[in-house]
Amino acid sequence: MTSTIRRSSTVAIAVIFCGLLLFTFVRSGGNLGNFGITVLSGLFQGMLLFLVASGLSIIFGLMDILNLAQGTYFMLGAYVAYDIQHAGGVVDLTQTIPNPNVRFPLALIGAVLVGGVLGVVLERGLLRRLYSRPVFQLVLTFGVALVLTEAIKAIWTTTPYSWTEVFGLRTQTFELFGQAFSVYRLFIIGMGFLLIIGIALLLRRTRIGIIIRAGVEDSTMVEALGINVRAVFTLVFTLGCAVAALGGAVAAPFLGASSSLADAFLLQAVAVVVLGGMGSYEGSAVGSLMVGLAIAVAQDATIGTSLSVLPSITPMLVLILILLLRPSGLFGSTR
Amino acid sequence: MTDILQVQGIHTFIGQFHILEGVSVSVPKGSITVLLGRNGAGKTTTLKSIMGMTPPSKGTITFEGQSLVGKRSYTIASRGIGYVPEHRAIFKDLSVAENLQIAERKSGDLERKSDLIFELFPDLKRLYHLSGGSLSGGQQQMLAIARALVPDNRLLLIDEPSEGLAPVIIEHLMNAIRQLAAHTSILLVEQNFRMASKLADRYVMIDNGQSPISGLMADLVKDEALVQRYLGVAKQGAQPQ
Repeated sequence: MTSTIRRSSTVAIAVIFCGLLLFTFVRSGGNLGNFGITVLSGLFQGMLLFLVASGLSIIFGLMDILNLAQGTYFMLGAYVAYDIQHAGGVVDLTQTIPNPNVRFPLALIGAVLVGGVLGVVLERGLLRRLYSRPVFQLVLTFGVALVLTEAIKAIWTTTPYSWTEVFGLRTQTFELFGQAFSVYRLFIIGMGFLLIIGIALLLRRTRIGIIIRAGVEDSTMVEALGINVRAVFTLVFTLGCAVAALGGAVAAPFLGASSSLADAFLLQAVAVVVLGGMGSYEGSAVGSLMVGLAIAVAQDATIGTSLSVLPSITPMLVLILILLLRPSGLFGSTR
Repeated sequence: MTDILQVQGIHTFIGQFHILEGVSVSVPKGSITVLLGRNGAGKTTTLKSIMGMTPPSKGTITFEGQSLVGKRSYTIASRGIGYVPEHRAIFKDLSVAENLQIAERKSGDLERKSDLIFELFPDLKRLYHLSGGSLSGGQQQMLAIARALVPDNRLLLIDEPSEGLAPVIIEHLMNAIRQLAAHTSILLVEQNFRMASKLADRYVMIDNGQSPISGLMADLVKDEALVQRYLGVAKQGAQPQ
């Protein structure tokens, strides 16, 4: 039964991906350059989505908590990275470390640390008291998102920041069938794939991964085996928040830092988590790539038309399509 | 024989329902003690109360002289108690190997216990890399018991091991549980009176959330009226209602 469901999901995924690629190829009139750029752009957007959706999905799977503050951690990561990279912020490293290529990795690390620490604070300080009250958890994470957003505005003002600092990866481009593509986008795609593989290895090859997968199925039984599930909850929640902050930090050189980032990414990430199957890590990875590719195809198809709204509603359209085909999502159980 | 587990007058509520109203159970070291009683009498809740999954509001539970009341499940399990729940609770997305690995409390537990596990349940060796969800009911039951054997547990709580299994599998399980008694004490919940009477040294009758009688299994088997009164089983060897 399970293998039949897996097979039907695999077929549906293959059909949708092939359909999107075929459409892109036909629309590009066989121009490999345009086709390649659209596909790379889809991968880029998919990876950004994955950085928010993966944490959301694992947290939901293990803890049954839909963390509505996940998008805010993404936004926070963007602000922290921007601040560390540029002059005149809360932390001004431009004098101490003048080389922007060195500051950029520090900006990513800083964002991950701030996201992780605030993740621990939220889980241990607030959420832990509400494990048996799911509605309160939703209200709490929503409230935390609002408070964090206001705190960010208080620290960095409401003015959106555009990334101005030039560093190596950001300036370089490469040519693909005659079309220029940013090396930095390729870096994000590569980092996304590394993260997909890294998290998959963590879940499949380590003891903590086995505990997380078992906890997604039955956390009560995991605890009855002598494992402190709450400590695992804290670890997973922290990792989820840190990965979202990392996503914001790597997106910042393209998207800048603004208070609209949180809502935009949270909504898309929730769509990805639902269409991938609530709590399924594989689902969030495949769903992110599918939605990213669909957005890129929609952007490409609507250039110069009056349908410019199509790319922004594409995640919801894909979600509706998948739920019509499989109400529990691509990899979801009927929980 | 000293008692490894002593439960004294526990009261447990699930929501607003008063499920256990003063249950007392003692498990002598090295024995197999069975909780008998009709459906809904409170046998499973008694095991869950011992494990801290439905904590009692009143009464005492001591394991090897130390109190378990107010402790969380993982602490209770870490003290040396293995739990095999009703319906097995096998992790279906994990392989048989992973289902066993997750139960390790010290590195190398599984390696140390693999001879015992595969001697009791040789089928698990063949199924080692299959997912838990692909096993039959009997195989899942074997895996659930094997999982509880991985760490050095000194007491096993086994809930309804024969439920929904074919007679030939039940026979195999009975043999395995009998052999286990050489390594650990066992508190068993079993509806199948025939199986219980062949396995257990002692019994505790659970009736309407209370434990009115307990004693040696050999004495209960001889007392047909008592069996009839509490279990509705006419004769030894008959199946429960």
